[in-house]
Amino acid sequence: MINPFAPVGRAVLGILREIGRFSLFAGRSAASVFSPPFFMGQFARQSLQIGYFSLPVIGLTAVFIGAALALNIYVGGARFNAESFVPNIVVLGITRELGPVLAGLMLAGRVSAGVAAEIGTMRVTEQIDAMNTLSTDPFKFLIAPRVLAATLTLPLLVLVADIIGVMGGYLVAVNSLDFNGATYLRNTLDFLESQDVILGLVKAAVFGFIIAAMGAYQGYNSQGGALGVGRATTNAVVGSIVLILAVNYLITAFFVE
Amino acid sequence: MTAKLQLVDIKKKLRGRQVLDGVDLDVAPGQSLVVIGGSGQGKSVTLKCALGLMKPDAGQVLVDGAEVTRMPREIRGRVMKKFGMLFQGGALFDSLTVWENIAFRLIYADKVGRKEARDRALATMRKVRLAPEFADVRPIELSGGMQKRAGLARAIIAKPDILFFDEPTTGLDPITADAINDLIVEMVKEIGCAAVSITHDMASARKIADEIAMLHGGKIVWRGPAAQIDNSGNAMVDQFIAGRADGPIQAVV
Repeated sequence: MINPFAPVGRAVLGILREIGRFSLFAGRSAASVFSPPFFMGQFARQSLQIGYFSLPVIGLTAVFIGAALALNIYVGGARFNAESFVPNIVVLGITRELGPVLAGLMLAGRVSAGVAAEIGTMRVTEQIDAMNTLSTDPFKFLIAPRVLAATLTLPLLVLVADIIGVMGGYLVAVNSLDFNGATYLRNTLDFLESQDVILGLVKAAVFGFIIAAMGAYQGYNSQGGALGVGRATTNAVVGSIVLILAVNYLITAFFVE
Repeated sequence: MTAKLQLVDIKKKLRGRQVLDGVDLDVAPGQSLVVIGGSGQGKSVTLKCALGLMKPDAGQVLVDGAEVTRMPREIRGRVMKKFGMLFQGGALFDSLTVWENIAFRLIYADKVGRKEARDRALATMRKVRLAPEFADVRPIELSGGMQKRAGLARAIIAKPDILFFDEPTTGLDPITADAINDLIVEMVKEIGCAAVSITHDMASARKIADEIAMLHGGKIVWRGPAAQIDNSGNAMVDQFIAGRADGPIQAVV
């Protein structure tokens, strides 16, 4: 007789096994960041690739989200005569939530997929094996620089996203909603607290780690040629997004409590 | 004399299939051993177990008499310095230039300065007859034969004690394959290292081997001097070198 719970149990065990494997991989990746040898050239290259070259996508996302947020808050606020709260809620929403989460999601697509595809291709073409035979630990040469670069550059990107997002709201508020520019900016700065920014930056650092570690994990364990690399890339994006959203809630709840 | 490399009763199961079922092999210093066998018989797995890229389920790998199978990762890295490996597909790093590929170990593991590393890479390129004008191009711009030469240069640049060759002539035309075989013989003699090659190309095996071992069903079924391969007295070896479909080995199609 077929046990109807067996497939559910198998799926749960599979998920737990995957979580365990990823945790061990992430732990080894983090440890590799702190133990020599350090490949600073690789770190600089990855910082440029992950951080600098992500600026356009982050900037565009932030400006449109800030603008849309201002419009929505204006419409919602008008229902109980609270239109003047637009700058306050825009800056709060951008710095605490939308800045880090949207930057994380955009980079999950751009960076996690890229890392998984690159390392996955290296795996299936034996380049990672070759690196081992050349007395170079792939965790230190390939993974640690990517993880460190993503963890350090995502907070910087979020800082930029915060500023651009607020400016997106400012542009809409001043040009379409008849707000006074100086008053808008003063309200924004008066309302903003350092802990709002810090919360966003902490989230960004954690998301950066997740994005790079997930991409590296999926790529490092890919097998089966082009199909395997494609699967690793998809899994890296999906895994990063799910993990970012889950961890975002946990960090927010921790800070709120 | 202590064997340079010794595999003792190596067993490995992959996806429920017993790929290696007690492989015993040893290579003396300066000796060139070629392992032949059909596709899927475990040649690559044997090589990966010897190199430490794969952990055997049972058995031991000894390098200069020291057991290395269960060494911690950090110490194992030092043993890797004794190895050089030419991969079947070259396994050159796409993101680096040819000379950076060749000098990879010098730059990143031995911390040799880039200028000296480049000079040594160029000298090694000349040894494997790869023109220096290809030093600054990416591996993708090289032909298959040139990629093998670059891979060979990368394997020998640090003068390893043991060189491994995984199907060194696969995918090459007969003339280029013969040139690669000549280079392997020349380089192994020049460095004075031990060499372990896996191949199913008998022309290559005859040319580069001092001894040939045949792997079948997860075990070494015959081993002897390369010159005696035609008189092995082993039906499986006879079938393999004659390339016949009928015989004790069942073709997998």
